[in-house]
Amino acid sequence: MANKLGFYFNATVCTGCKACQVACKDKSDLPVGVNWRRVAEYTGGEWVTNPDGTCEQNVFAYYTSIACNHCTNPICVEVCPTQAMHQREDGIVMVEESKCIGCRYCEWACPYGAPQFNEEVGVMTKCNFCHDYLDEGKSPACVAACPSRALFFGEIDELRAEHGEIAEIAPLPPADITEPNLVIQPHHNAKSIGSTSGKLINPEEV
Amino acid sequence: MVAKEFLNDVITSTIMTRRSFVKWSAIVGGGAAVASNLAELPGQLGVGSVMAQEDENVVWSSCVVNCGSRCPLRLHVKDGVVVRVETDNLGDDEFGNHQIRACVRGRSVRQRMYNPDRLKYPMKRVGPRGSGEFEQITWEEAFDLIADKLKELIDTYGNESIYLNYGTGTLGAVVAKSWPPSATPIARLMNCIGGYLNHYGDYSAAQIESGLPYTFGNTWADTWVTNNSIEDIVNSKLLVYFGNNPGETRMSGGGMIYSLQHYKKVSGAKMIVIDPRYTDTAVTAADEWVPIRPGTDAALINALAYVMITEDLHDQEFLDNYCVGFDKAHMPEGYEDEDSYKDYILGTGADGIAKTPEWASAITGIPAQKIVQLAREIALTKPCFITQGWGPQRQANGEQTSRAIPMLSILTGNIGIHGGGTGARESSFGISMVGFPTLSNPVGTYISVFNWPDAIDHGPEMTATKDGVIGKDKLDVPIKFIWSYAGNALINQHADVNHTREILGDESKCEMIVTVDVHMTPSAKWSDILLPDTMNFEKMDIAVNGDASSMGYHIFCEPAAEPMFETMHVYDMCAELAKRLDVEEEFTEGRTVEDWLRYCIDETRKSNPDWPDFESFREMGIYKVSNPGDPYVAYQGFREDPEANPLATPSGKLEIFSSRLHEIGQTWELEEGDVISGLPIYVETWEGVSDPLRETYPLQMISAHYKQRTHSTYGNVPWMKEVAPQEVWINPIDAEKRGIKNGDRVYVYNGRGRTHIAARVTPRIIPGVVHLSEGAWYEPDEDGVDQAGCVNVLTRYRPSPLAKGDPMHTALVEVEKA
Repeated sequence: MANKLGFYFNATVCTGCKACQVACKDKSDLPVGVNWRRVAEYTGGEWVTNPDGTCEQNVFAYYTSIACNHCTNPICVEVCPTQAMHQREDGIVMVEESKCIGCRYCEWACPYGAPQFNEEVGVMTKCNFCHDYLDEGKSPACVAACPSRALFFGEIDELRAEHGEIAEIAPLPPADITEPNLVIQPHHNAKSIGSTSGKLINPEEV
Repeated sequence: MVAKEFLNDVITSTIMTRRSFVKWSAIVGGGAAVASNLAELPGQLGVGSVMAQEDENVVWSSCVVNCGSRCPLRLHVKDGVVVRVETDNLGDDEFGNHQIRACVRGRSVRQRMYNPDRLKYPMKRVGPRGSGEFEQITWEEAFDLIADKLKELIDTYGNESIYLNYGTGTLGAVVAKSWPPSATPIARLMNCIGGYLNHYGDYSAAQIESGLPYTFGNTWADTWVTNNSIEDIVNSKLLVYFGNNPGETRMSGGGMIYSLQHYKKVSGAKMIVIDPRYTDTAVTAADEWVPIRPGTDAALINALAYVMITEDLHDQEFLDNYCVGFDKAHMPEGYEDEDSYKDYILGTGADGIAKTPEWASAITGIPAQKIVQLAREIALTKPCFITQGWGPQRQANGEQTSRAIPMLSILTGNIGIHGGGTGARESSFGISMVGFPTLSNPVGTYISVFNWPDAIDHGPEMTATKDGVIGKDKLDVPIKFIWSYAGNALINQHADVNHTREILGDESKCEMIVTVDVHMTPSAKWSDILLPDTMNFEKMDIAVNGDASSMGYHIFCEPAAEPMFETMHVYDMCAELAKRLDVEEEFTEGRTVEDWLRYCIDETRKSNPDWPDFESFREMGIYKVSNPGDPYVAYQGFREDPEANPLATPSGKLEIFSSRLHEIGQTWELEEGDVISGLPIYVETWEGVSDPLRETYPLQMISAHYKQRTHSTYGNVPWMKEVAPQEVWINPIDAEKRGIKNGDRVYVYNGRGRTHIAARVTPRIIPGVVHLSEGAWYEPDEDGVDQAGCVNVLTRYRPSPLAKGDPMHTALVEVEKA
């Protein structure tokens, strides 16, 4: 399948504001607890107190905004027992709600936590790339929302040609699990996956 | 009405099972169940469904709150209900004519609009004040009660007993605006019947507004001391930010953070952030973070000056020609015997203390070698843009700090040149529109924005030289009537909630408090009469004076929906009251809100013919104008020709030593420890870094702005509470000593109060300091312990020396695991 869609995320300008997350929630009326796009804060560094009471530090932090990566190897589709989770020709991974039985295998399998169970309706839900907006010639809500212009979308081959092929930084999972259609411009503080120099400091928010 | 039905059962309680993020990071625990209050939105379709677009109408509106930005919201309306919010999507988004993209708060605005806290109809208090017990009354009854009380109090005490409290919940429109209070429909109404007690200053920036003009010219906030436009940093080699955090305070696409990111990239300048926190501005823009203890910026400045002077890195020629007070040879006439700045810094003055890097390191927590390095870098990298936000000045010694930081710009001769600056807050290009005329206030007496509780409690004891009363030697009467329009400073945003409760709780003192607002805020609960205002999305207005660095803009706001319930436009409330006070014609001049908007546009067009007429503007939705000239440089004329363009100081020059401040310091009655001085000096303060009270309450506490809210606005929006939960930041070193882990519930407390909140254990704050963001909605339990993280149960009500402003970042606390 050529012409797959993907996201480009420029971590160097992301302030962690979450306008992307809320624009998404507003568009699709998502309740508290269901976030198709989330923003992780990875923070680390140490403080040392000198004998004179002054302090020194090597503190760092950066944000990663992440939705569904509409992966080349969508493990959520693979594990779905009812074929509710499916991938379109353009790469968009979607839930056919009428087929979903809410077993949550996809949620369990996805290393990014993209599929999310909505208890109100009893089915899995997830980022649909705002395909309705795409049909109208508009950008996805999250992309159009970003005040710092950290988010873009496009055909993944073009995004990679322009911005490189990095798709994994801490605290993301290794990219080889699902081959995400994601390109990241790493923050100058970025640590590689598996790094223990920092930690996901806002687990409740993602 | 459709919306009404939705609101009748707008809240449902749902247990959400959170997904585990265990796969993201090994340190995260498994999925915990949390209870959430969900505000169910009108127009909600199946989750994930695609909404029908055909029958939607889209109107321009704006988020008119007090963040410093002014963001367009494009509201999608269906069957009279706002069903979706977009923002500016015009043009190709090329910087300079870019989209003014709203911040995260604006994107959540439907949950502000359709919120169960909406005030639905007029109410009067039936329980004790502050009990929150109200009963519905008719508009007629409400207007009669207010008009009768106003007449009675004005007859008995005069108009000086009527006060318009600070309120910024509706900020930036033309007619429906709550700030400044003197520009509101309520001010116009009061001015028609003899006026009201004025105030000067504001809770944001009182100390810098009063202090810094003594260096640069003018006094008492009648002229802002500006800095170079943010777009001018393309000419800078170094950017130094003191407590200036646009990434959280001005974070929209029309705000300062996007401009900073853009122009810094163009410029390639290095940026140093000096702040107790590693802020979100620092995350995306800083090349270096220098953590500093709160309230000690002036000590750092002193030591930087020491290094510059002793290593001869300062600009002596600039100091000789443009300044007074640097050295003995340039003291103002009559003050030759006072310390010069150089004397003070080198230790050859009265205190005999050399302000060495070692001296400053013990105060600031910054290693001496770092201070030396910083001084050399700032002095030798030219031009250098130095700026301060309003955090450093919101301290007990804030006036001093506000004047100390610009000393770096002065010592290095960076004033009035491209790429340099003054050390004040960044400027932007803007175009202004004529405002709603509110007539003039016959009462010429002012108090500070902050000391109104004293004016309620013992107004006639307040004097000019002790309490900063302006226009009179003393107040003659106490405050007996308060208008609180779109304000939450009555209880929530004012220091020391428990003290304010006592003052307001005595119903014989202030006899009537009238709140005009859209939500049942904590302050509304302390009112006697509640008048439900229409929200901005229900009314026509113009969001004015937006600026996005090199671009100014204004937004024509269309009503998106009919007013809900029995809500009424604040202007119409005032017109109804004007009838009862026999001033209807003076108040309205026969005009409706729309008539006034047309009037203001027509008046604007008289001096600016380019301004679109009412109909054209309405059609456009947003009117943007780009800066046709060079980036603004503050005090450029003065720099080019100081004789022809003197500053508005007594000497016409930059006053490092202000004779006016020196005289005030000699003549005012100040509380013990308070200092007003001619030179910008470092002053140790109560509950500062060196207060012995730290033996009991060892942690300094600051209360910076937060993404969740604009002050307290949006503090009742579930999506925003999820985006940025209220937490107290604490360094791992301090947390470990107290057995506190990230996410633990803790008590933050001192002798004034106690709050119960979650801890964010993060290295992004300097040890010895905690941060609890301002604006969370006060929520006392039966024991009086706040359960929401309202910082003002902990802050102290002690006006600052000169501005008599709010020192909210000066407080000592202890934290313990709950």
